[in-house]
Amino acid sequence: MEAIINLTINGLATGMLVFLLAAGLTLIFGLMDVLNFAHGGLFAWGAYAGVWSYGQTGSFVAGIITALITGLILGLLMEKFIVTPVYGNHVQQILITLGVMIVLSEMLKVVWGPNQLSAKTPEYLSGSWEFGGVILIKYRLFIIFIGFLVFFLIYYILKNTKIGLIVRAGVINKEMVQSLGINIKRIFMLVFMVGAAMAALGGVLLGPYSGQIYAEMGMEFAILAFIVVVIGGMGSITGSLFAAILVGLSGSFMAYYVPELSLAVNMLLMAVVLIFRPQGLFGAKG
Amino acid sequence: MTLHLKVEGIETYIDQFHILQGISFEAKKGEVTVLLGRNGAGKTTTLRSIMGLNPPAKGKIEFNGESISGLATYHIATKGIGYVPEDQGIFGELTVEENMKVAIKKENEETKERLDYILNLFPDLKKFWKRKGGNLSGGQKQMLSIARAYVNNNDLLLIDEPSKGLAPIVVEKVMESIQEMKSKTTIVLVEQNFIMASTIGDRFFIIDDGRTVHHGEMKELKENEHLRKQYLGIA
Repeated sequence: MEAIINLTINGLATGMLVFLLAAGLTLIFGLMDVLNFAHGGLFAWGAYAGVWSYGQTGSFVAGIITALITGLILGLLMEKFIVTPVYGNHVQQILITLGVMIVLSEMLKVVWGPNQLSAKTPEYLSGSWEFGGVILIKYRLFIIFIGFLVFFLIYYILKNTKIGLIVRAGVINKEMVQSLGINIKRIFMLVFMVGAAMAALGGVLLGPYSGQIYAEMGMEFAILAFIVVVIGGMGSITGSLFAAILVGLSGSFMAYYVPELSLAVNMLLMAVVLIFRPQGLFGAKG
Repeated sequence: MTLHLKVEGIETYIDQFHILQGISFEAKKGEVTVLLGRNGAGKTTTLRSIMGLNPPAKGKIEFNGESISGLATYHIATKGIGYVPEDQGIFGELTVEENMKVAIKKENEETKERLDYILNLFPDLKKFWKRKGGNLSGGQKQMLSIARAYVNNNDLLLIDEPSKGLAPIVVEKVMESIQEMKSKTTIVLVEQNFIMASTIGDRFFIIDDGRTVHHGEMKELKENEHLRKQYLGIA
């Protein structure tokens, strides 16, 4: 029983990190029809900038804020100079964003060196609680809390604000949104920036979780995030949360019980969903 | 009568296809101007070109004396042009209420009055206020699409085939509502249903092979069987 609870918490924590990456990706995908393969690079930059700032100031909150600002700035620059010229052309999007992904990863080595950076858990989040043999690691619970907090915040904005309504409408029919007098390009930019900031937040949270960060981590997590977006349905935040939890839990349980299947399980999940529900579990209908 | 919209010699390409090869027409304030023509003549592309969705490569478009050629779609819409596309453009996952909220530019007393007016005109929308747009019937979707375009204080409505695929009784209702709105806003209507077009239209422009080939008062077309046969294929 203890093992199951621990595996569940591990799975949920990993799922939430992937969710932070996938949430931005799914909105960018759904609203802007942009295949952003550089999204993992934003995750890695958030991790490096945040962990560096945390190391310099000794404040984890400062690290999180630095990561968020880094994400917002990189998101703005990427949308304006990289993505805007290739709107509507998937092949060009894949090529250029993959290129940017490589550049972003290599730039991390230029700025912070080729070695891994270590990140320790802040004191107030380190340690664990024990309940009847079950060990609850505080930092993992913190990640789960942040993941759900971000989800409910985005969900609230999408459901209850005008900007959220416009984003949801834009996912369904961009042309009509423009015909109603709304500057969709501005909305695109905003969504891209927020998506990038969420990825960066995921990155900095990963630091103390795994203890070390490295330049290639972006690509590794981006692949998981793409799987989550496909399973959850493009443009659906709820779908991303659900799929991220599914991917996190299945990875965690499989690694424990059937380790030889742990790498394949996510691909299998995606294949099954694509066969029976190609639009994803929560895919939006037009 | 004041001129609201003036389209002069527009030419539009979609990919390599030269769809519009010289469309010219005007819409006067307080009138319903009907664009007629066979399937594929270029009527829908004309409306899309005015909205900047398929921007014309040549020609001029003026609205209230100001050039709107080359402006972004959202900018054209903010000038006071409402658009009801052929496929209605309903946000299927959003409720009727949310569809209206996306459309409303300013929440003030005037908008509230217009909303009340349009909901009285289309009581079904009030009845299904919390229903998802995708779950409405074809006629209700059409009503919602017209309501969204009307709710802001637009000077001009571009309505593309409002009767398409609707039951005759629903067509009648839509027709009545357009006639009612005519007193409040200028309308450019693309319509294949000649009975509907001739009942509510004041003037017509016939489009054939991407060109305007004939225009006049609607009563002239009603009386001219030869013209109807030649360009519309109806007696």
